[in-house]
Order: sequence, then structure tokens, then C-alpha cells
Amino acid sequence: MFRNQYDTDVTTWSPAGRLFQVEYAMEAVKQGSAAIGLRSKTHVVLACVNKATSELSSHQKKIFKVDDHIGVAIAGLTADGRVLSRYMRNECINYNFTYESPLPVGRLVVQLADKAQVCTQRSWKRPYGVGVLVAGLDESGAHLYYNCPSGNYFEYQAFAIGSRWQAAMTYLEPRFENFMDSSREDLIKDALISVRETLQEEKLQISVCTVAVVGVGEPFHILDQETVRKLIDTFEIVREDGSPAPEPGDAAPDLGEAAPAAAAEEGAAPMDI
Amino acid sequence: MTKQQANWSPYDNNGGSCVAIAGADYCVIAADTRMSTGYNILTREYSKITKLADKCMMASSGFQADVKALQKLLAARHLIYQHQHNKQMSCPAMAQLLSNTLYYKRFFPYYSFNVLGGLDSEGKGCVYTYDAVGSYERVGYSSQGSGSTLIMPFLDNQLKSPSPLLLPAQDAVTPLSESEAVDLVKTVFASATERDIYTGDKLEIVVVNAEGIRSEYMDLRKD
Repeated sequence: MFRNQYDTDVTTWSPAGRLFQVEYAMEAVKQGSAAIGLRSKTHVVLACVNKATSELSSHQKKIFKVDDHIGVAIAGLTADGRVLSRYMRNECINYNFTYESPLPVGRLVVQLADKAQVCTQRSWKRPYGVGVLVAGLDESGAHLYYNCPSGNYFEYQAFAIGSRWQAAMTYLEPRFENFMDSSREDLIKDALISVRETLQEEKLQISVCTVAVVGVGEPFHILDQETVRKLIDTFEIVREDGSPAPEPGDAAPDLGEAAPAAAAEEGAAPMDI
Repeated sequence: MTKQQANWSPYDNNGGSCVAIAGADYCVIAADTRMSTGYNILTREYSKITKLADKCMMASSGFQADVKALQKLLAARHLIYQHQHNKQMSCPAMAQLLSNTLYYKRFFPYYSFNVLGGLDSEGKGCVYTYDAVGSYERVGYSSQGSGSTLIMPFLDNQLKSPSPLLLPAQDAVTPLSESEAVDLVKTVFASATERDIYTGDKLEIVVVNAEGIRSEYMDLRKD
């Protein structure tokens, strides 16, 4: 995309019928570090790459619990994501207060999408610069939605957003049809492998990625580092046994060093608000 | 021409009694399970006790519709707190929140007489007692509700510590053991049931300690 005379305001159409500010906002999502979601009939898994700006700082929080049955992963302007998570949490609490039942995921994503749309039609606002993967469980089953800065949303079997999302999609595309019947462990494994695909040169370490799960009888929660480390170990061993490698040069992992880094971020300040 | 009086009241009193006793490392919260209106019984099995946080229980007597609304509000506020702070609310924090929530409706109050019971941040038992508009105080023990006038003097007799102005400073919490406190609560309710018509049916006792929360029930006279 290049600068042109129709991209100054979100309220200006281009002659081709495009709103460039909205498209630029979607570019911001691609600049953020990767976030991936997969779902089966009973579980939804979110995984994301946690990039820290420097070795001295803590990692960005990209996965937020919205309610016991809903969680989100974001990519893009994480500040916008934080604000939207707060909105979603509020909506869930208010719905629960009025109806004494959990807010259906489909209702929440529509509200979120409508909120995003408002920002595409006001001259004094700008679109939210964050893509939101919404993972949730309700009476109609397990769901994964992607909410876009444009105000659009779609339901997905599996999806990846953020930088190098194509690498993760290349892994997911041939496999997604089987996800519906996947077990919880296989789903998490596939999520971790997809995350690994987006990290081209780096090793998959627990300090770099965060995984969260929601499922039938399992409220939304972020998996602790020990669990993730064991899972990474398991499938790394499986891969060394010669299962088809989508990319060459996978070094044998030495994840012992990752533990001290994990301990440092465990007590990270609750910078949520 | 006499002043016109209201022929409808937004309030009703559903009766019942609540008690809470703080120990060195536990807290006992108890309430009867009778819900009445006027001289009629609505149900014999209504719980007046609710869990507000991991180590914080509230027992409320008065107008149960207001009590329910208050419980829902506090639960929602607790969820927000957990999202923001990444941890459960402590009992003293919840105590202040309840006070503020009650005073917020100073000019159309929650007809709810509350006792809060739980463990403070050090694991010691704590009890907070309230009036309908949020005036509160941390105490070693308290009772509220229709039987409180019968119960409170008895608790004073059994549990009252010497004046806090004396030296050396004495603990407000009772030196009784957990089982002794539970037995005291059972005795107290059996007595209150005899003379207070609104107290009876069944007694629900909740004990909060380091291991968690456990419930116990005891039958009371049904007349």
C-alpha cells in the first residue's frame, strides 16, 4: 500500500470504494506478534508469541480471560486490545447479572464487531488497531471467532493472525478438517507447532509463547509454564523420531535455560488496567 | 386533615437470625434457614449465607430480595477486582466494599442486616458487623436479625474479651477451639429458636479455615 489522497480520514472513501484507514488498521494487526487459535468439538486453544521489547522488560500480555467460558488472544496495538478486553469483561458481567447465565459467545462477538464498526464511521475516532481471536464455549458448543478492526467477524476452525501468520496457516490448512475430533492434547500440540512455524529461526521456548485453553468442564485458563514445557518436550521428541518436517533444521531443544526466564515473568505486575 | 400515610411499603422483613464468631485461625458463620413474611412461613430451607470470596462469607437477615440484589452486586464487583488485581479480594477489602455499597443507597437503603466472616490476610479469623446503611466495625463476634436481641447478650456473656483499653492488649478473637465455637453456635440458635418465632427450622453453619470452607447443618424446632 502506498500513501494517497484518500487515506487521511476514516470517513473518506476512495474512488475504488475502499476505506484506507481501516485497511491500515488491519496492517497494524499484521505487525503484531503472532496469535493462533484452534478448536475442536469440545475445546478451544489459543497460543501466542510473546515478544518483549528488550531483555530487560517483561513480556506483553496478549491473552486475556474474559469470563470462565470466554478468553481472547490479540495481535496489534495491545493497548487497544486491553481496552477491548475490559469492555468484553464488563459485558459478560452485566449479562450474567441480568440473566444469571453466561453470555453466549456469538452475542459477544457481535457487540465487539459493532463497537469496532462505530470507529470506522466517525470522523473524530480511529479504528481499533487490534485483531481479536475470541475463544469461547456456550450451549451451542466450542467456538473460535476472529474480530477485525473493520468491524467484520467470522467463525473459524483454526486461524492465525500477526506477523508470519501465513507460516502458521500453511501448517493448519491441510489439517484443520480433523480438528473437530481432536483430543485436547492434540489440539494443544497443533497450536504449539503452529506457533513454532511462525518463529522461523528461533527455538520454541516457553519464555516466548503462552497457551490458553477453554473446554467442556474446563474454565478458560492460561497453562502454566511447566505444563507447556512438558508438552513442548513431548512433541519435540516425537518430531525427532522422523515425522514429516514442514521445515528443515530443527535443533534438538534444550529448554532447561527457559525456566529462570519463566520464573521472572510469573510475578509480572498486573498491568491490565 | 391528617397526613396521608403510605399504603404500600417497598420493604418486607423475611426474618431470621445470623451469627459470626472469629477464632485464632478460623471463622464460624451461621444462620437459620427459615424465610417468613408476617406470621407465615415462605420456606424452611432458604440459605442466608453466601460466599463472596475465597475466604469471605456473608450472612444477611432482613428483606431477602434486597439481600439477593446486594449479593449479586458484590459478586460482580469481585469479578472485576479479580480481573484487575489477578487475585481474590481479602476479607477486609470486601468489608470496605460492602460498607460503601450500602451507603451508596443511603436514601433508599438495602433492608439487609449483614455479618461478614472470614480470614484476614494473616489467616486470623475476622468478623465485621453492619447496619443497613453501611456503618461497620471489626469485632470478635456478632449477631444480626430477629433473634439478635436474644443471641447477642449470650455471646457477650460467653465471648466478651476484657476492654481493649487494658494492657497487655488482648485479642478480639475468641480463644475457643473451632469445635467449641461450633457447639456454642448450636446452643445459641437452639435457645433463640425457643423464643423468637422467626428463627427455626434448620441451622446452617459454615466454617472458614486454612483448609477451606465446610458446611454443617442442624435441625431446629419447626414451630
